[in-house]
Amino acid sequence: MAKRDYSLQGPDARRAVETGLAAAEWYHTEVPRKVMKDLMQRSDAPAIRDTVILYGCMILFAGLGIALWPSLWSAPFWLAYGVLYGSASDSRWHECGHGTAFKTKWMNDVVYQIASFMIMRNAATWRWSHARHHTDTYIVGRDPEIAVMRPPELAKVILNFFGIIDVIRFFPNLVYNAAFGPTADERTFVPQSEWGRVRRVALVHLSVYVATVALAVWMQSVLPLMVIGLPRLYGAWHHVMTGLLQHGGLADNVIDHRLNSRTVLMNPISRFIYWNMNYHVEHHMFPMVPYHALPRLHDTIRHDLPAPNRSIAEGFREMWPAFRRQLAYEDFFLKRSLPPTAKPYREDLHQISPGTLTPAAPPATAIPAE
Amino acid sequence: MPWINACATDDIDEEDLIRFDHGSQTFAIYHSPEGDFYATAGRCTHEEVHLCDGLVMGHLIECPKHNGQFDYRTGEAKRAPVCVNLRTFPVKVEAGRVFIDIA
Repeated sequence: MAKRDYSLQGPDARRAVETGLAAAEWYHTEVPRKVMKDLMQRSDAPAIRDTVILYGCMILFAGLGIALWPSLWSAPFWLAYGVLYGSASDSRWHECGHGTAFKTKWMNDVVYQIASFMIMRNAATWRWSHARHHTDTYIVGRDPEIAVMRPPELAKVILNFFGIIDVIRFFPNLVYNAAFGPTADERTFVPQSEWGRVRRVALVHLSVYVATVALAVWMQSVLPLMVIGLPRLYGAWHHVMTGLLQHGGLADNVIDHRLNSRTVLMNPISRFIYWNMNYHVEHHMFPMVPYHALPRLHDTIRHDLPAPNRSIAEGFREMWPAFRRQLAYEDFFLKRSLPPTAKPYREDLHQISPGTLTPAAPPATAIPAE
Repeated sequence: MPWINACATDDIDEEDLIRFDHGSQTFAIYHSPEGDFYATAGRCTHEEVHLCDGLVMGHLIECPKHNGQFDYRTGEAKRAPVCVNLRTFPVKVEAGRVFIDIA
């Protein structure tokens, strides 16, 4: 069994470049140019509406939480505030990082900076890591945003529902970035011209956390941290839940997003928090389509995609057993059936096995599961 | 190198672009909202993705892969992740045809 090396400077990273998996040309469903142009059109209105709702709810819930503090009656408001802070910020970071949420550039930039702070990501570093994620989605050794590496460490996955692993990794990295700029791994995907910006962003974030902790000490209360910082822990569960579904249990080292990404139909509240990123195959195939047009894109190309999971629960029922099988056999992955109207998967493009220098026979690298 | 006859003016909708290949080279030809035509190198300077599937917004072309943006009139990189400017080529229009000077 091949062992994957997820290091961005390791042997799998070199092999991905040598075999042409890195920066490859990916499969796209054919969409007429006029239709795609219409889908790509930008608008400020949907994102302004959603941002007013989001920040309005955050102010309301935090205000009620503070007013009722320290009574237990404040708990529901903290839980609601936490999900908006620790989960909705993930999708806002994502969409505004792409620059597609708003038509107006400064609006994207402002929401991106605020969301990056809340989700505890360096706004300069992560813009570049996400570009790499789109270039080399789930290519081992190339993609710095692989959520669940194989074999899966399920204890870490569960801890991260409370943001624990992310936050434990974030603060040492933040201090390093503030002192020295990007780490060695980060320098593999952040251009040198941006290294100074990485350090400046880290210094700003660090200053806010130091000020918040100082206020908490001065007030002899955890209340300031309930507003800034801790929601990244107690409100993380929703973005972890939806984020795992994006690629969990599916193929790696392929160049067809239908094989490594998952679309899940979900309830309107989760779609608001997640800003329609449940249409994840569609997003990866056409990252220029704004979040508010993804349902239309889904309707346009669904004939060429595996059937979406019909709920979050159904997605987990598919994904979690795959994680468990990967514990014993890390090459296992789910391969979903395509409808008769779809173009077939190009198997010849997807036979590079991690840990080998040559293409491997499909049966040796994967146990397809329908 | 003489001017190359690339396409007809009505091959490109206003505020849009098309791909034009010549020999081993590939280009993007743009029709601006004002009715002017421009030409640039075809591939994004970030990761070699062809710009022909991108979105033209005013005088900007947005790369279809990572949403980097260039001003297609000057080639100037306007939005990360693009950092390196795009090469531009002179264009002229004669008798309803778009010519580019690829020298």
